[in-house]
Amino acid sequence: MTSTVDPFATGAATPARVRVTALDAVRDTLVMSRRNLRRTVRLPQLVVFATIQPVMFLVLFNYVFGGAISQTLPPAAGGAYINWLMPGIIVQTLLFGASQTAIGLTEDLVGGVVDRFRSLPMARSAVLAGRTLGDLVRNVGVMTLMLLIGFVLGFRAQTSWTGLLAGVALALLFSYAISWVMATLGLLAKNPEAAQSGVLLPIFPLVFASSVFLPTTTMPWWLQAFADNQPITHVVNAARGLMLGEGALPAGHSVTGQVLVALAWTVAIGLVFAVVSVAMYRRAVQ
Amino acid sequence: MSTAQGAITGDGAPAIIAVRDVVKTFGAVRALDGVNLAVPPGIVYGLLGPNGAGKTTLIRILATLLRPTSGRVEVAGVDVVANATAARTRIGLAGQFAAVDGYQTGRENIEMVGRLYGLSPRQARRRTEEVLDGVDLGQAADRLVRTYSGGMRRRLDLAASLVGRPPVLYLDEPTTGIDPANRMELWGLVEELVAGGTTVLLTTQHLEEADRLAARIGVIDQGQLIVEGTADELKDTLGGSVLELATAEEHETTAVQVLARVAGDEPAYDAERARLRVRAPDGSRTLIAADDVFLSLTGHPTGQAPPAAAEAHPGSAPQGRPGQPAGAGHTPGGPAARPASEGQRR
Ligand SMILES: Nc1ncnc2c1ncn2[C@@H]1O[C@H](COP(=O)(O)OP(=O)(O)OP(=O)(O)O)[C@@H](O)[C@H]1O
Ligand SMILES: [Mg+2]
Repeated sequence: MTSTVDPFATGAATPARVRVTALDAVRDTLVMSRRNLRRTVRLPQLVVFATIQPVMFLVLFNYVFGGAISQTLPPAAGGAYINWLMPGIIVQTLLFGASQTAIGLTEDLVGGVVDRFRSLPMARSAVLAGRTLGDLVRNVGVMTLMLLIGFVLGFRAQTSWTGLLAGVALALLFSYAISWVMATLGLLAKNPEAAQSGVLLPIFPLVFASSVFLPTTTMPWWLQAFADNQPITHVVNAARGLMLGEGALPAGHSVTGQVLVALAWTVAIGLVFAVVSVAMYRRAVQ
Repeated sequence: MSTAQGAITGDGAPAIIAVRDVVKTFGAVRALDGVNLAVPPGIVYGLLGPNGAGKTTLIRILATLLRPTSGRVEVAGVDVVANATAARTRIGLAGQFAAVDGYQTGRENIEMVGRLYGLSPRQARRRTEEVLDGVDLGQAADRLVRTYSGGMRRRLDLAASLVGRPPVLYLDEPTTGIDPANRMELWGLVEELVAGGTTVLLTTQHLEEADRLAARIGVIDQGQLIVEGTADELKDTLGGSVLELATAEEHETTAVQVLARVAGDEPAYDAERARLRVRAPDGSRTLIAADDVFLSLTGHPTGQAPPAAAEAHPGSAPQGRPGQPAGAGHTPGGPAARPASEGQRR
């Protein structure tokens, strides 16, 4: 489209960007994730949420349940509940942490900052990608803290360091996929209050009706049927297999097989919800 | 000559902002109901209207935040719907509510925006210093924005809108909630920007502001641009016209007293039609006259619910025209304000 109006003829400098390239999208995502991390570090309630709360869960669960449960655990746990608990509670912490993706996003939406982003020649996907990437970085920090406290409480990987790191990496990857689910929920909820209840509420039953804290074998048959087939159990079992060995898995499962199932769930969830949430974010401009 | 949709402004200049037949509905609400607008480059254009008139909706469409239900919008020759990214490089937006980040410092906020415009880290840092100084926030640059006052937030928001040196700037009620001293400063800033070649589209509910800043003014009400022209033209339109007011009988005396005071002419009561008729003051260029314009055009004063029907009939009496006696400051030869309804299809 040609125009006799030269928008830059009047002393204004040419803006640096006319089209958004893939490289721009990566840069914008980094800029946005840095912005979100600053927020995480500066908001006291977020710092508490990311540090004290998960540590408290870890300590309480270990000492309150540990004594009663450790006798009934498979030998792969090495006789200590902390070994069994650690892979599960890591995933649980990351899931709770991912809810911040939804809440933070809705805070931006109602606060009007998203209007600013929408009026800029930036990559549309970067608002969401920056949020999920920032949350992943925060989760790495939370995870490190959890592992340190876990070691103090006596946690030892029964396989190898490689197994431990692989388990942690798998949990982080899963949390990243869940962040995209949370982004979608945030865009649906539209305000922080709705996001708070709408997101945390479903997480509770999903986390407890899984193998996060205990083997599923003692659950009533209908609950066990659900627990054994939901993604959280698959991911926790895979992480547990990597950290404690095949003996920690339900009979008939191999570590490799369990890891593949967990990865399939993770990739599927991540892809579907990334596509859905970015489309929703774009469509919001109507 | 191919300009944005070939739109020519009232001054005969090609338009930098061209709005054609824009309709925006939210469910049953018709927020914009066929708006046509052509803003020439390098001026402040004042969009004047009461609450709910559709000012913010129009700005949001122009800023690519909303899509029009129908109609076309071009900014600096770029279609904002078809080519939103290109349009975004040419615009700056300071919305009705400051869109800044409380948990970043002022400097971090602006640098982030600079980076998102595509500036390198170094360019962004340099530009940030410039705009922060420009809005007088250099001192507070390293404080978290959540500690800023409302006025400081608005200025930071303005700074953010200037980072990309946009040729077109939208300011949605920039002085709402701003104290008089800061308002004067902001006005000065807008004048500086325009002197530097920026085109500013500014919405306001205050006639004083439009009168002071805007070279052209459009009055918008219930989603329609009811009249537009230079400030003087608007007053001239009224200058030769007759204002008709329907009043409840028991308020007739009060109405006559009030009108006599602002109009400087004795109002006549048309008993047959139960209407008060008064000749609007010729060539008056005071704010009170501007308020009359507003009242007569929208049927209700700024920010208030419509009273019993007050109608203006610009055509029912001789229009203010060059040659006709008019007060000081009148520019002979300027086209008279055109009631926008002339060009409107309903
Ligand atoms: N998202 C929306 N959903 C439904 N109605 C809307 C929406 N946005 C605006 N409206 C309606 O459109 C009309 C115009 O609103 P708009 O915000 O453009 O007015 P305005 O001139 O900016 O008013 P103000 O001076 O109060 O800011 C109003 O009736 C408003 O209620
Ligand atoms: Mg508004």
